[in-house]
Amino acid sequence: MNPVYYLYLAALLFTIGATGVLIRRNAIVVFMCIELMLNACNLAFVVFSRMHGNLDGQIIAFFTMVVAAAEVVVGLAIIVSLFRTRHSASVDDASLMKL
Amino acid sequence: MENLIALLIAAPLLGAAVLLVGGRRLDAVGHWIGTLLSTTSFVFGVILFADLLGRNADDRTLMQHLFTWVPVAGFQADVTFRLDQLSMTFVLLITGVGSLIHLYSVGYMEHDERRRRFFGYLNLFLAAMLLLVLADNYLLLYVGWEGVGLASYLLIGFWQHKPSAATAAKKAFIVNRVGDMGLSIAIMLMFTTFGTFAFGPVLSHATDASEGRLTAIGLMLLLAACGKSAQVPLQSWLGDAMEGPTPVSALIHAATMVTAGVYLIVRSGAVFNAAPDAQLVVTVVGAVTLLFGAIVGCAKDDIKKALAGSTMSQIGYMVLAAGLGPIGYVFAIMHLVTHGFFKAGLFLGAGSVMHGMNDEVDMRRYGGLRKYMPVTFVTFGLGYLAIIGFPGLSGFFSKDKIIEAAFAKGGTEGWILGTCALLGAAITAFYMTRVMLMTFFGEERWRNQPTRSPEAPSAEPAAEHRGEHAEPHPHESPKVMTIPMIALAIGSVFAGGFFSIGDRFLHWLEPITGHSEGDSPLSAGAVTGATMVCLVIGVGIAYLQYGRRPVPAVAPRGSLLTRAARRDLLQDDFNHVVLVRGGEHLTRSLVYVDHTLVDGVVNGTAAGFGGLSGRLRRLQNGYARSYAVSMFGGAALLVAATLLMRAV
Amino acid sequence: MSFPLLTATAVLPAAGAVATAAVPAARRTAAKWLALLVSLATLVLAIVVMVRFDPGGARYQLTESHAWIADFGVRYELGVDGIAVALLALTALLIPFIILAGWHDADPLETGSKRWRPTQGFFALILAVEAMVIISFEATDVFLFYIFFEAMLIPMYFLIGGFGDRAHAQGEEAASTQRSYAAVKFLLYNLVGGLIMLAAVIGLYTVAGNFSLTEIAQARANGTLHMATSTERWLFLGFFFAFAVKAPLWPLHTWLPNAMQESTAPVAVLITAVVDKVGTFAMLRFCLQLFPEASKWATPTILVLALISIIYGALLAVGQRDIKRLVAYASISHFGFIILGIFAMTSQGQSGATLYMVNHGISTAALMLVAGFLISRRGSRLIADYGGVQKVAPVLAGTFLIGSLATLSLPGLAPFVSEFLVLVGTFTRYPAIGIIATFGIVLAALYTLVLYQRTMTGPVKPAVSAMPDLKARELVVVAPLIVLLIFLGVYPKPVTDIVNPAVNQTMSDVHKTDPKPAVEAAK
Repeated sequence: MNPVYYLYLAALLFTIGATGVLIRRNAIVVFMCIELMLNACNLAFVVFSRMHGNLDGQIIAFFTMVVAAAEVVVGLAIIVSLFRTRHSASVDDASLMKL
Repeated sequence: MENLIALLIAAPLLGAAVLLVGGRRLDAVGHWIGTLLSTTSFVFGVILFADLLGRNADDRTLMQHLFTWVPVAGFQADVTFRLDQLSMTFVLLITGVGSLIHLYSVGYMEHDERRRRFFGYLNLFLAAMLLLVLADNYLLLYVGWEGVGLASYLLIGFWQHKPSAATAAKKAFIVNRVGDMGLSIAIMLMFTTFGTFAFGPVLSHATDASEGRLTAIGLMLLLAACGKSAQVPLQSWLGDAMEGPTPVSALIHAATMVTAGVYLIVRSGAVFNAAPDAQLVVTVVGAVTLLFGAIVGCAKDDIKKALAGSTMSQIGYMVLAAGLGPIGYVFAIMHLVTHGFFKAGLFLGAGSVMHGMNDEVDMRRYGGLRKYMPVTFVTFGLGYLAIIGFPGLSGFFSKDKIIEAAFAKGGTEGWILGTCALLGAAITAFYMTRVMLMTFFGEERWRNQPTRSPEAPSAEPAAEHRGEHAEPHPHESPKVMTIPMIALAIGSVFAGGFFSIGDRFLHWLEPITGHSEGDSPLSAGAVTGATMVCLVIGVGIAYLQYGRRPVPAVAPRGSLLTRAARRDLLQDDFNHVVLVRGGEHLTRSLVYVDHTLVDGVVNGTAAGFGGLSGRLRRLQNGYARSYAVSMFGGAALLVAATLLMRAV
Repeated sequence: MSFPLLTATAVLPAAGAVATAAVPAARRTAAKWLALLVSLATLVLAIVVMVRFDPGGARYQLTESHAWIADFGVRYELGVDGIAVALLALTALLIPFIILAGWHDADPLETGSKRWRPTQGFFALILAVEAMVIISFEATDVFLFYIFFEAMLIPMYFLIGGFGDRAHAQGEEAASTQRSYAAVKFLLYNLVGGLIMLAAVIGLYTVAGNFSLTEIAQARANGTLHMATSTERWLFLGFFFAFAVKAPLWPLHTWLPNAMQESTAPVAVLITAVVDKVGTFAMLRFCLQLFPEASKWATPTILVLALISIIYGALLAVGQRDIKRLVAYASISHFGFIILGIFAMTSQGQSGATLYMVNHGISTAALMLVAGFLISRRGSRLIADYGGVQKVAPVLAGTFLIGSLATLSLPGLAPFVSEFLVLVGTFTRYPAIGIIATFGIVLAALYTLVLYQRTMTGPVKPAVSAMPDLKARELVVVAPLIVLLIFLGVYPKPVTDIVNPAVNQTMSDVHKTDPKPAVEAAK
């Protein structure tokens, strides 16, 4: 099977994730969309690894997973504390980050 | 002997330092210290004079090198003094008249609480003036030149609680600065032309330079002389300078400092000799000023200002003579010396009159004073006869020679200049007779006069202490004041004759200035005759107007010319409108420009950035989504750019 | 290795600054004395430098050289030539007077005022500025120079923004706002200049490969280091811009009047008499040596700007109503003369300019410090608030007059010698510019005498009728300055002897010789 199809899949997943990040307000959903984007990247890496016969891509996929895990921890902590203070998980409520 | 030269300057300089730094504890003796040190300098002068007389005529130049002043590559200025016949003449005049005036001031300034300081300034003036005439290069001369300007500034403004005095002092300094600019440029021109500005090399190599350069140097020197010697167009400060105490007017603004310009021109004779165009301008300036000053002198009711006009006019004669070249140099200096005597005497006389008249300066409030002040009357009268050129007195010899020399220039110029000089002699006779008659003759107009309105401040503030509004009780001045007046009167009477008999003065100065007889279209006798006629006409008209008729106590409106002359022929008005007003507008608009434009450009830049950031700030709305959009947009742009680069 | 004398001259005030800052708040007076002693000790060191310096010897003397940031070829290199020695001496000389004049300027305000005025900080900052200025004069490594050229902005910023005049017409609040404005303006102007210079410094490094002034100048002189004409010009402009801001040259001058107006008189003296001199000094040392061709290329423009500075500064000084602003504009005019002298490219011009820097430092200090004493008595900077001071405080008026006369370059006082040298030096090469610049001397008479007349003469104003005359401490500040003004006016040879050889070197750096006189008169 042509590995390029996997790349199309990765691109599709990435787009879905990106769209989700941009249009959803619920922090949890946004968060999951980010995960989706990360995994789309992982898929692409693995595919490239296979296409080029080179293990680098797979190694980076592992790195990405580790980073994603760390990000989940930090991100969820932020969301939880946000929910505690605002009683909402909407990202628009956290709009103090401006001049 | 050379080593004495520095002491000439050192004595009054020491006096100035001691008196000005010494503080109040010297108040009791300060005036005597000042007088003593001034006299010391005179004694040194006499010793040196005796030494010079004992030498051959060609060997009468003494040089004293003190130290190297400013050494920078080719620019070498030394502190070196040169004493030759020319500077010796000035040294004796300055220290001699100076000492007499110091003595006079002891009495004149007796009631002034700041007398010590006054003497300090006088000593400072003497030191600077001596430096001016003893310097061996133009830069050192410049130091003396501005030094006398400073002393003049301090002394004109001596009664500085009077705004008019402070303004007059400032005006004198600034107008002089315009002249000083000329001197600076002249020195710079000399440096670029000759590589030096010491008298010796410059004057002996003057003919090597191109005439254009020499003319430029000469004109710049003339500008300097105009400032210091109150010649048209820089004459406007001298009348106001009469705000100073009268001894100052006598010493600085009549006898010595204002003649520095003549010294400068005569000293630089070699330059002028090789630049006929510059000489012509010098004579024109002299001729214009001698008439200008005389006309102003005719209209003034303030005795000191009338004398100031006269000073201007007499210096005009000297400048005219100096511009004539070797024909006139000696006579310029001779008139300068005799003028030093009689004009200082006249001013001291005026001071004595004011002293006895509650510091009144308006001649319309004088009259008939000869009975009350006999000594003053006689000395003033002798000075008067000397200045109008009464035969046998000093002015007769010196002024007559100048008029002769003016004719001797030859050609049309000679006729024009000579006629101006003759006309000046007539006007001089007129205005001096007017002063004499208004002051010492006629009815006693100071009796029963209405009290003066408080708006007209008295010239001399001591009056306030002495009961200004009381009727004056004219009285003769104390001995300490009359003795100098008598001494100067003797000089006014005999100096001219003494100098002229056997052409003593001519032989004395000739080795320095050179001399030529010129080519006069008129015989000496004819000139003298014409001068006498002018004299008689001038005196006669004045007698008819002021001697036969009573003098009104309030000045009549007068003709257009009189009114203009009262206002110094409108020069001040011109200065005011063009320079003062114009300058004010210029500075004010520049302040505005600096604030709005120069600073504004910078502040505008700052404001522009501020505004820009204000706009950009709106992008930061705090919504995570919009940040994410910009991130994606940026990423997309990067990807697109990468692809584009690939494609290319 | 011999004793690092030059380092010591900078380290001593730096250490003094730290020590002064560390004095406990209660021991205020001890801190003042400490600062004064340190500054005097620095003066002694500076005199030692002056004595040890041999005018006929090598170009840079008392050199020190250590590796510093080896990767970038940055070295800690010090060395002084005659010009640097003269300015080093000026700086070390003025700081004790500045400290003494500002003795009470940083005392805590009367109870009721909330403003915090750390006395120790004031004196520590002055010493810090001294250290940085001194090391800028000594540095022969471009990067080292740059660091301290910029770093001195920090203490200056706090000195201007933190310590203003005690009394202020518009009240404490307004005064504070204006002070901050002046301080920020000062900082921004100089920072922009400095950043542009940083770009040029880096550019120079990429071209030359190191930062050593002596090495680069050497390589330029014997042709081993070639720069493209445009490169040289850009680098020159980068350096010159920073120095022109600091100097300040028209039209980059507007920060100076604000800064001088808002700061206390001693700090104003520090700005114009000491810190600004680094700008003109650096033109002479860095611009001319590193970029001789570009300097010659830019000369006409710079001369015109300097000429504008002279006339414009003087005219604006005439129009001022505030004493300190007047002195500031007068200084702008004088800096015009200095820059004119430097770029006239004649021995007289450059020696005169160096001498001018020294003399201007002393004369401005004399005038400004006396003005400061005057202002502190009446609590106003406006000329119109004074009148007749001469009557009540004759010594104050007398010293003020001498300061004024020095400012208008009266012959016999030090500034005359330098001003005339600059004029002559300019005139020999550019007669027209020389003549126009001469108008500056008339205008100088106008603004100083108008100032003197309005403040000191005339009827005594009621508000000044009880004004005390100079106190002993103030007299100690002013008298030596006046003595120096007179001494250097009569006998400037000690300074010119030190300066002349260095100027000859600079002249040969730019391959210029003095114009010959039209007639070679027999000497």
